[in-house]
Amino acid sequence: MADFIQLLIAGLATGGIYALAAVGFTLLWQTSQTINFAQGEFVMLPAFFVLIGMSFFGMPFWLACVAALILSMITLGFMFKKLLVDPMLNHGTLPLVIATIGLAILMKEGVREFYGADAWPFPPLAEATNVTVLGAALSLQSLIILGITIGAVVALQLFLSGTRTGRQMQATALNPSVARILGIPVERMILYTFLINAALVMLAALLITPIYLAKFSNGELLGLYAFIAAIIGGFNQMRGAIVGGLVLGVIDNFTAVYISTQYRLVVPLVFLIIIILFRPQGLLGRVEERTV
Amino acid sequence: MMVSKKTLAVAAMALSVVFLLVAPFLFKPYGVFILSTWVVMTIAAIGLNLTLGYAGQVSLAQAAFVGIGSYITAYLTTRGWPFWSTYMLAGTSCFIVGWLLGYPALRVQHHYLAFVTLAFNTLVYLIFRNEEWLTRGIYGIMNIPRPEVLGWSMAKPIPFYYFLLAHLALISAATWALIQSPWGRAFIAVRENPIRALSLGVDTRRYTLMAFALGAGLGGISGSLYAALVQFIDPTPFALGLSLNLLLMVIVGGSGYFFGPFLGAVVAVLLPEWLRFAQGYYLMGYAALVMLLMIFCPTGLLGFADRLLTPKAKSDSGPNPVLPDSAAPQKAAG
Amino acid sequence: MKLLKSIASLSALALMAATPAVAQVKLAYIGEISGQLAVSGGNFRDGVVLAVEEINAKGGIAGQRINLTLYDTQTNPGVARAQTQKALDDNPYAVLGPVLSGNVKVTMPLFIQAEMPHFIGGEAADLVTLGDKYLFRTSFGQQIGMPKIANYIRDEIKAKSIALIWVNNDFGKTGRDNLLKELASRNIRLAADVSTEAGQVDFAADIVKLKAANADAVFVYSNEEECARIMREAKRQGLKGPFVGDTTLLSQKTIELAADAAEGVQGHVGLTSDAPLKEVEEYKARFQKRFNYVSDHNGIKGYTGVYAIKYVTEKKLGGKFDRKALAEAMRGLTITPKDEPGILIETTWDQNGEIDRISFLAEVVGGKQKITKILPKIGK
Repeated sequence: MADFIQLLIAGLATGGIYALAAVGFTLLWQTSQTINFAQGEFVMLPAFFVLIGMSFFGMPFWLACVAALILSMITLGFMFKKLLVDPMLNHGTLPLVIATIGLAILMKEGVREFYGADAWPFPPLAEATNVTVLGAALSLQSLIILGITIGAVVALQLFLSGTRTGRQMQATALNPSVARILGIPVERMILYTFLINAALVMLAALLITPIYLAKFSNGELLGLYAFIAAIIGGFNQMRGAIVGGLVLGVIDNFTAVYISTQYRLVVPLVFLIIIILFRPQGLLGRVEERTV
Repeated sequence: MMVSKKTLAVAAMALSVVFLLVAPFLFKPYGVFILSTWVVMTIAAIGLNLTLGYAGQVSLAQAAFVGIGSYITAYLTTRGWPFWSTYMLAGTSCFIVGWLLGYPALRVQHHYLAFVTLAFNTLVYLIFRNEEWLTRGIYGIMNIPRPEVLGWSMAKPIPFYYFLLAHLALISAATWALIQSPWGRAFIAVRENPIRALSLGVDTRRYTLMAFALGAGLGGISGSLYAALVQFIDPTPFALGLSLNLLLMVIVGGSGYFFGPFLGAVVAVLLPEWLRFAQGYYLMGYAALVMLLMIFCPTGLLGFADRLLTPKAKSDSGPNPVLPDSAAPQKAAG
Repeated sequence: MKLLKSIASLSALALMAATPAVAQVKLAYIGEISGQLAVSGGNFRDGVVLAVEEINAKGGIAGQRINLTLYDTQTNPGVARAQTQKALDDNPYAVLGPVLSGNVKVTMPLFIQAEMPHFIGGEAADLVTLGDKYLFRTSFGQQIGMPKIANYIRDEIKAKSIALIWVNNDFGKTGRDNLLKELASRNIRLAADVSTEAGQVDFAADIVKLKAANADAVFVYSNEEECARIMREAKRQGLKGPFVGDTTLLSQKTIELAADAAEGVQGHVGLTSDAPLKEVEEYKARFQKRFNYVSDHNGIKGYTGVYAIKYVTEKKLGGKFDRKALAEAMRGLTITPKDEPGILIETTWDQNGEIDRISFLAEVVGGKQKITKILPKIGK
């Protein structure tokens, strides 16, 4: 029983990590039909912003984080949208997919060449202590990740449904042409989602790098998992990404113990295929009616 | 204008053919090997261009078919089977698997289809890695022999290059004929407007599956040739990365253009090699160039050339180069 | 720091192009600079670069400056073959790399055909049995390392059953297969066999499996970061060891990343920059000064490979650059640090290019790797 709880909660905690990266996926998809193949690298890079701030410029940790957040918003938010997404917006998703694949290579190789291929330790937000719940030892860190992830998404939801800007963003996501007719500054709304995504990946980097360690190749696996999480939950629903991430984390753990470690990725993938074929809008997603 | 465009295309083609024929005498063995890799990748990309560019079905599983073809040839030729039998088997097996993989495409499309095929590719990769009794897993299969043609050994780099080039020529000709045939027109009809195609009596079901199967079959053939070219295979090249790379070739070259994959493979295979003078920065330079290419020619190199040469592209009678995503309605919920 | 290094090497490159033609000897490094194995390949490369810079600063090999070219295989066999062909077209004197065993295999036929001595980092057992007379290892194969570990498990730990956790890639899988063979012949039962992925982060499920196996000892065979994560999770779940491992589990990097979770880990270390030998310690310091990170065993492999070429060329061939003679002289050769300090540890190559060296039993005590015993060379 302790094992079961251990697996369940550890799975949820890891799932929280996937969810955090997946939320950004769904945001970008909803507002601009961007499938960001560099999302994993988006989480990898801010950690190095922090490390560079600390080692190169001698900043204290908190200041490095603030600087990294600003830098993320500028590069991964503003510049990403203006330089890469905007020119391709009218040409369908595929050219942009290719461009983000290129971007992923660029970020990965850049970090490897300029900072090194090694894994680097990263300051943790919380002490590495354990909490015992029903006989299962859980790391405080994982629980904090889970808590902050859910907190961040709830806050985001509240923002989206509770504020004027948030509702305008939702309208933009639902139907940009109608939104435009209604006088909503669609362009600015789309830009906001990119900035929010940049802030989210920064948050994700802060939460997970102490566990993942900062390494240039972190994005590969994380990107794939975030991708799967987003699809399982519903590609067009933010809440879906949370559920998808958590479900994925738990399935992954139970597969490893009760089915096979060599094929641990198979069950989530098969699950994904089944979801797409029989419920393509995902567990929580809504049916997509809009034509592009 | 039309005339000059056509002349230009023919001239460019003739030059390319001459170059490909004399290339082995201009380069060292390394250059010949890289060109051989280009040929093999072009064949796989031609397959994907059929599925994606002409029939509008997004597939991220082409690497899986290249892998299946490679393993069939590697496994059987190292057990004494003649190359040709394994080559045919690689093509037909992938055709069949591709046909089966096409069924999800009847339910979902676009990004959803991309995800299903992405999952398929990862599954196949895991099988390659884990089923050691069959694939030798991470140990890989060594000493894959190169074929003989009418008693002539193709083992040396230059004969093998011409052997590959002959394949490319035959496959190109066959693909060209297919595209000009009613089948090709049916593919495009399925891409442009499936509902209208259906109402006009096109069996969209069959053509969708056929587009998948043909693309996969070419992937298998390319894999078979890849195994003979590299003479050693392990699972690593057949992961998702290659599928994305093949997608890149099709899109960068110009999706839905006959010569798109040829140019796309030049970018994906030859460009990184040209950039190697930049030492550690070559992959970064490559990535940056790909991004720039997409920013300035989102319809691919040929789409860009087309736009340059045809001021008001309305009267073009050739294969209509519209990207699948931009025009077709989304059939999300199946 | 790395940026500075890159700029430095670029300007060095520019200088190299500008210097008038002195006699030069070409060496090539073909390896995993990018891709899955970039850490190992990068370490190997930096070891090679360090050795080349040192040797050139002292006048080169037999008076000829080394002209080193780097070829990136991207950890992909097709690219590895192309790059090897490219290197061979340039007609180098000898080649270093690759590290990944699969990449060694794909390039092997080309080296045999070109009769090119190549100093590899690969440790898969079968590499020396494939008929490549020009292949030389820079660290011993797993068929030599694993029996030592199996003996250690039997004699020192006195374990009757063992739970195994390993990384499912070229390195982990071949090591596991060799260890299983050795354990079976010593009647040690395999209680659990847990495969993990490279880059895996969450090991909760894997540790649950290891716990359920209830074995006398746990063997951890993975890359440094994953080893560290495994140890942390093991500590969290209260999995009792003893934990046994190889070079990676006991490396300073793992200890640093795992913090106190690595305490008490023990095992066998084939090649380590933590070895208590003066030459190795000095190497470690030089490497860290040059590249600003700590060399792993792959760095030593690359470094000693270059010095082996230098030693043989100068001392055995009388300064003549003859490839076939180099390969000939390597076979059955022993180099000691007294003859050539750059070899770091006394090393013997046999007729197949396999290596014999001392190795170490070690334990993690107080956050440091402590060598408890030095195992002699096999041939002694």
